[in-house]
Amino acid sequence: MNSPVSQEELHAYADDRLPPQRRAEIQAWLQARPELQAEVDLWRAQNTRLHRSFDRVLDEPVPARLSEAVRRRRTRPQRLAAALGWLALGGVLGFVLRDAYQARTAPVQASLPRQAAIAHAVYAPEVRHPVEVGAEQENHLVGWLSKRLGAELKPPRLADAGFALVGGRLLPGESGPVAQFMYQDARGQRLTLYVRSDARDHRETAFRYAREGGIGVFYWLDGKFGYALSGELPKDELLKVATAVYKQLNP
Amino acid sequence: MTSSDAIVAEIPRLRRYARALTGDPARADDLVQDTLERALGRFFLFRPGNLRAWLFSIMHNLFINQAKARRDGAWEDEAVLAELPARATQDDALEVRDLARCLQALPPEQREVLLLVGLEEMSYEEAARVLGVPLGTVMSRLFRARERLRGLLAGLPAQARLKVVK
Repeated sequence: MNSPVSQEELHAYADDRLPPQRRAEIQAWLQARPELQAEVDLWRAQNTRLHRSFDRVLDEPVPARLSEAVRRRRTRPQRLAAALGWLALGGVLGFVLRDAYQARTAPVQASLPRQAAIAHAVYAPEVRHPVEVGAEQENHLVGWLSKRLGAELKPPRLADAGFALVGGRLLPGESGPVAQFMYQDARGQRLTLYVRSDARDHRETAFRYAREGGIGVFYWLDGKFGYALSGELPKDELLKVATAVYKQLNP
Repeated sequence: MTSSDAIVAEIPRLRRYARALTGDPARADDLVQDTLERALGRFFLFRPGNLRAWLFSIMHNLFINQAKARRDGAWEDEAVLAELPARATQDDALEVRDLARCLQALPPEQREVLLLVGLEEMSYEEAARVLGVPLGTVMSRLFRARERLRGLLAGLPAQARLKVVK
């Protein structure tokens, strides 16, 4: 036995939530403590009884009013969804912010695409104030965001892909400031690059793709940075731009 | 699978949890329906991998609001419970009824944790996120819920008292 058994661990043992090695250690430890073993057995019996009493609900036919409640409301067209997204944002953000607690243990990439997509959904439709600092003050923008994130940032040039820098802004992230750079093409189509610099495990990952509502997000980790490129582009087009971003950041 | 199919697939789990949570089939399905309506209104930007936890968190918020509206005292306390006529038998229906009654005698926040962990098999971290509370709070509620449920079940008339071990 490497360490004493806490009350938390005893419950985790009863619930079978421990890694195999620790489980085996506690199992052996309990053999000399019949009164604690009895307590564990009792908790397990409670769980079993819950299942025995309520699992039957899973086999009941779903009342029509419930399945109809879902079918009635199909996913809306993207534009309308974006508008409604504004209304729902409070709720969504509340849920996302609760993730901040988990962020200490969960890998950074778990929340990265969602947060990036939310930031994209909030600012990309902005007509008058899409950014805090415009591209015409790029030096200021870069200096300011680099200082706040505590890392040297440089917005990639995406002219080859047809996108020009609009500017950037500072946003609150899970554990500190994050930066968002916005780009726009000739048709007014916008992309945002979300950059955070608070990864703890300093890993590198491949590109990953997620879709959040109508928004596609390519994201990857690189040392302490996490990047997410969001836009309402087809996946292959977005991948081209994401590749261009990656190459510039890792020359 | 479309988003609505994914949500429909979660309905049985939501119903099971709501049934155990409210102790009343009709009220449980009302809670599920409210949850579905609210989820669909907020589906935008939702991350598919967390659909279940997200739906449960919506249900939690609705349930807690309803519990508050019921004036924080609608559940039976232990003293009242002990006087209710109830017999322990091998009969399934009675066993379910006894457990359901004891669950209702737990404070709602303890009941939620016990069910998310013991019935829904969520990890402690998932339960914390669904309920919007720190992990330590989940653990302490779980300890108290189990202890209290033990006492309630033991207190049912005609059922053997379980020895309480420190």
